[in-house]
Amino acid sequence: MQDTPLKIGDRSFKSRLIVGTGKYKDFAETRRAVEESGAEIVTVAVRRVNITARDKENLLDFIDPERWQILPNTAGCYTAEEAIRTCRLAREAGVGSIVKLEIIGDQKTLFPDVPATIDAAKILVKEGFTVLPYITDDPVACRRLEEIGCAAVMPLAAPIGSGLGIRNPFNIKIIIEQAKVPVIVDAGVGTASDAAIAMELGCDGVLMNTAIAGAKDPIAMARAMRLAIEAGRLAFLAGRIDRKLHASASSPLTGLIG
Amino acid sequence: MSENLDQITIQLNGESHRIDGDSGLMALISALKLKPKRIAVELNREVVPKAEYDKIVLKNGDVVEIINFVGGG
Repeated sequence: MQDTPLKIGDRSFKSRLIVGTGKYKDFAETRRAVEESGAEIVTVAVRRVNITARDKENLLDFIDPERWQILPNTAGCYTAEEAIRTCRLAREAGVGSIVKLEIIGDQKTLFPDVPATIDAAKILVKEGFTVLPYITDDPVACRRLEEIGCAAVMPLAAPIGSGLGIRNPFNIKIIIEQAKVPVIVDAGVGTASDAAIAMELGCDGVLMNTAIAGAKDPIAMARAMRLAIEAGRLAFLAGRIDRKLHASASSPLTGLIG
Repeated sequence: MSENLDQITIQLNGESHRIDGDSGLMALISALKLKPKRIAVELNREVVPKAEYDKIVLKNGDVVEIINFVGGG
């Protein structure tokens, strides 16, 4: 069964798994996990260069921007202004203009500040960025972001790093139903079944970081996630059976021995 | 070493930094052993296009931010 590619802006991707690069032991492990995951898009954060303690190695020495689409995020930003500034700097770093817009509204839950996200998205879209906004699983917020020109919407499954999986599959389904841009579940995925469920609901992709980096064996989990995304997507395309309250026998009711 | 009266003070990534007067931005980047293709620079709240790095001369009081990409989700 042939699938269509994941289209983000004017780029096409075969993998529907997007992975982050945070929380790994070192750059080598990051690179192995990213490779094992099969992801083609990799998120990174934007931070000041450490002037005093200069690292000899840079993340992009391990994650080649020629091989992977680097997706800078605006993690750490609490205002639209900070996020816009971050995106402009990220673009000048020369890895393209696809950005993950993340403006946090609460430090404990790391839930997005919805009004600020919408404000920042409007400006970034006007400046020619391909905007992937991290947002609540609120169908109205997702619709607004799509209307103002975001290239996808990225509703959270659960708080970042919580590992709870999709807490509100009904909202995610509604978001998928109404969206004409890709819906990528971002944040809160815990294990392979969470990723598969997201794809079975009809999501176009899943973005995760902690689920892989925080696993006891990140490389094995990266592989599990790759398989889960493929299995979930295939199951979605295959068309599942309906849920029934009562049984429907699988074996014939006739020809039974007397 | 006597104080170089031709030095200026800039803000670099949030800290005061003394450099020679008439220092170019590119000279600063080289002195910091940074690779231009791995960074982005903001000067007084404006992003500096990479093509301008060797044209910019820093002035006393300039606020410089130099960023790079690190692990993140």
